[in-house]
Amino acid sequence: MSIWEYANPRKFMTTSQAVLPWVAGLAAVLVITGLIWGFFFTPDDFRMGSTVKVIYIHVPAAIMGSGTWFMMLITSLVWLIRRHHVSALAAKAAAPVGMVFTLIGLITGAIWGQPMWGTWWEWDPRLTAFLILFLFYLGYMALWEAVENPDAAADLTSVLCLVGTVFAVISRYALIFWNQGLHQGASLSMDAEQNVADVFAYPLWTCIIGFLFLFVALVLYRTRTEIRARRLRALIQRERMA
Amino acid sequence: MPDLGRYATEVLSAYGVTLLLLVGLIAGSIWKARRVLRQLRDAENRRDKPV
Repeated sequence: MSIWEYANPRKFMTTSQAVLPWVAGLAAVLVITGLIWGFFFTPDDFRMGSTVKVIYIHVPAAIMGSGTWFMMLITSLVWLIRRHHVSALAAKAAAPVGMVFTLIGLITGAIWGQPMWGTWWEWDPRLTAFLILFLFYLGYMALWEAVENPDAAADLTSVLCLVGTVFAVISRYALIFWNQGLHQGASLSMDAEQNVADVFAYPLWTCIIGFLFLFVALVLYRTRTEIRARRLRALIQRERMA
Repeated sequence: MPDLGRYATEVLSAYGVTLLLLVGLIAGSIWKARRVLRQLRDAENRRDKPV
């Protein structure tokens, strides 16, 4: 069995139909458990006070905001190289999901930053790259809508995705590249010195995995819609030609 | 409800905005999926109908 079998829309539809309820169910259980655990059953941080509870939404959303773009990069490359429609439609389906996660990351970061940094916003490399990534999401979605021919739209948006990857990388690794700015380092790392305490880390990991499943569920669901929309477009064109 | 102290507004608004955006995204996805499915069924019925 090859992974390219799933490039067949029919195969994708049958497989995703079977998988989707499980993924969506797991996402719901993990996100609700993680958020309730983090919000109700973790202590305040000695420096941040109760604002530490914002990390259970900010960190997973920010990870998924840039992570979604990397998924779109892979599916865009598959489209450009192998011309599989399902991969182009999966990238299209993922963009609004990534945009919302990025927006949540930006808004919750600003809400947390105001009491902790004394400002809603700072033109810090990581924050700025994340804002540009958000604008790239908007541009990507607008480009899909603006181009009439779906194959041409897939080509153009794939190229835009390649360009935007620069900002997805910077938004994640700016601190390593330049070692400056207000934004702190990774909340979760392999280095025990940098890592957050276990009492915060466990619910945080639950939320991160929950957001990941939520992302997968939404992308599968939305890709199914895009495949149907493509078939609908083809049927309408046939009607017009008849 | 935990005591959020002087940061209650910030914490609650962060959770509120997140919930709103996620619910909007999920509802929007379901709404679009239903609309497309309905239109597709109509188009398939029209195709299958003898002229």
